[in-house]
Amino acid sequence: MGLNEKPLSTLHEKASYDLDDFEVPTGREEAWRFTPLSRLRGLHDGKAEVTGQVLVQVHTPAGVTAEWVGREDPRIGQAYVPADRVSAQAYNAFEKALVVTVPKESVPAEPIRVEVRGGGVDGASYGHIVVKVEALAEALVVIEHQGSAIYADNIEFVVGDGASLKVVTLQDWADDAVHVSHHHAQLARDATFRGFTVTLGGDLVRLSPSVSYTGPGGDADLSGVYFADAGQHLEHRLLVDHSHPNCKSNVDYRGALQGEDAHTVWIGDVIIRVAAEGTDTYELNRNLILTDGARADSVPNLEILTGEVAGAGHASTSGRLDDEHIFYLQARGIPFDEARRLVIRGFLGQLIEKIQIDELRERVLSAVEAELAR
Amino acid sequence: MSTLEIRDLKVAVEDKEILRGVNLTVKSGETHAIMGPNGSGKSTLAYAIAGHPKYTITGGEVLLDGVDLLELSVDERARAGLFLAMQYPVEVPGVSVSNFLRSAVTAVRGEAPKLRQFAKDLKAGMDSLSIDGAFAQRNLNEGFSGGEKKRHEILQLELLKPKIAVLDETDSGLDVDALRVVSEGINRFRASGETGVLLITHYTRILRYVTPEFVHVFAGGRIVEEGGPELAEKLEAEGYEQYTKASA
Ligand SMILES: Nc1ncnc2c1ncn2[C@@H]1O[C@H](COP(=O)(O)OP(=O)(O)OP(=O)(O)O)[C@@H](O)[C@H]1O
Ligand SMILES: [Mg+2]
Repeated sequence: MGLNEKPLSTLHEKASYDLDDFEVPTGREEAWRFTPLSRLRGLHDGKAEVTGQVLVQVHTPAGVTAEWVGREDPRIGQAYVPADRVSAQAYNAFEKALVVTVPKESVPAEPIRVEVRGGGVDGASYGHIVVKVEALAEALVVIEHQGSAIYADNIEFVVGDGASLKVVTLQDWADDAVHVSHHHAQLARDATFRGFTVTLGGDLVRLSPSVSYTGPGGDADLSGVYFADAGQHLEHRLLVDHSHPNCKSNVDYRGALQGEDAHTVWIGDVIIRVAAEGTDTYELNRNLILTDGARADSVPNLEILTGEVAGAGHASTSGRLDDEHIFYLQARGIPFDEARRLVIRGFLGQLIEKIQIDELRERVLSAVEAELAR
Repeated sequence: MSTLEIRDLKVAVEDKEILRGVNLTVKSGETHAIMGPNGSGKSTLAYAIAGHPKYTITGGEVLLDGVDLLELSVDERARAGLFLAMQYPVEVPGVSVSNFLRSAVTAVRGEAPKLRQFAKDLKAGMDSLSIDGAFAQRNLNEGFSGGEKKRHEILQLELLKPKIAVLDETDSGLDVDALRVVSEGINRFRASGETGVLLITHYTRILRYVTPEFVHVFAGGRIVEEGGPELAEKLEAEGYEQYTKASA
């Protein structure tokens, strides 16, 4: 299969299932200029040996099916076409794909849980997951990543007419993990998608959550928090492609950075195509830089190709902890370290509050808490 | 019995000298009012005592019961028994009032309060200041009106029970009802007789509710006149003009 035929914007021009359609990145490309390629451990240039041990386990509530299928399964690659070299590499190299189906009009009582556990960094692993939520069904998926791994994967979320899908992904990798992942949500007519990513661990994590619409009335919310320590590279590249009328999107990512060479990258691309009249979109990224030597890159891009939008905006801020906040807390006797923790936790916590499941929200809060205590 | 002693305090902001030698002693059981025109350095005095990093001490001493406060960090000063009610309390996003208050009380008392007792004290404190209970779950000062912020400053005062409280224009921005409620809070705090109050204000209005024993007129970064409550009446009638001219 060759290059995808959908209308091209100046952003994201390439999409293909064929690895050869993508050159090996050199680091000069717009899509790769922030990523330290040498730390990708060969995921980008075909040099990684596929000898890694990543174990993917799935727990499904009653009524939901989970199947491991071969690449010939027609449900694979329906919603998502790989958009960069590593994504195409993963697409061509995975052995079995996990397909989870939430049948029409069903509302599973429990979350669907996917655990991805790495067993070392001796070789690379590739994965593919499809989550299909059929018309008018409502589901919640929790995907957790732990352990050590060199891992690239693609995840397709296919949300049917009037269906609703909430996804929380937790990147709680060990310090040496390398993870490159695309999460694509395809929203049918009146579908709702709520994505929440939490990225804390790993040497290099590069996540590319994207959204497309196949009908009007879709509503997507992409939120995320990240916390980068010394030496970590955490990159989030978002793309929302509005190609149908009257759809909504909201992107809100917040990060904190501390330590020498802690590096975060946030790219927020939103395209509003000619047909996408009545689009309502907003994207926001805020970074809290806690120490010298840490760097947050933040690049929102909004490309509007129609004259008729309901609302379109973006904002990006990166700054230090506010001295006045710390002073106020300290003036009430709270020691500096604790004041700092309270303020950072508050900054990230405001987004974490969006997670509606108590148990999960508490887990994410305590993971952030643990990160702060380091 | 506590004593705050400010001796010949000189303070600069960004290399500009603001306080030019302030001398003042506040003992427990006493209430001192500092009155002065805008820009005379009243807040500078308050912030400098509390240890705000923007202010540089260029001379003098501040002692609380003989302990040199200027040697202590901001939080150590608060734990030593100093409290500053701010003229403009800052909004701290994502930090709830109850979480903040519990952290502050824990820090100042040196141990975490029993949850049930704390909830009770908090409720009682909020009730007596006519603060709606829902505020406990709100973010600290975020979206509070000017008057709501000031009530919360007094709530903290009552919960933390410092030895010496510096109240920087706690009366400004309050309507008559709120002024009464806030004044009652300050008077409850004073009632033990074991605490001292340094009340900074621009207007005499609050002094009708919280009567000071001493009034100090502040102009041009120093105290230019001192007296009893009658001095406040004089300022009310004559304004600050004579002092601003003299200090210019
Ligand atoms: N960051 C700063 N840089 C320069 N000058 C400053 C700074 N902060 C305060 N000042 C100056 O210090 C002086 C004293 O300010 P201060 O806030 O202490 O006055 P105040 O007596 O509290 O006034 P008000 O009645 O308006 O509250 C003012 O002239 C003010 O402009
Ligand atoms: Mg002032």
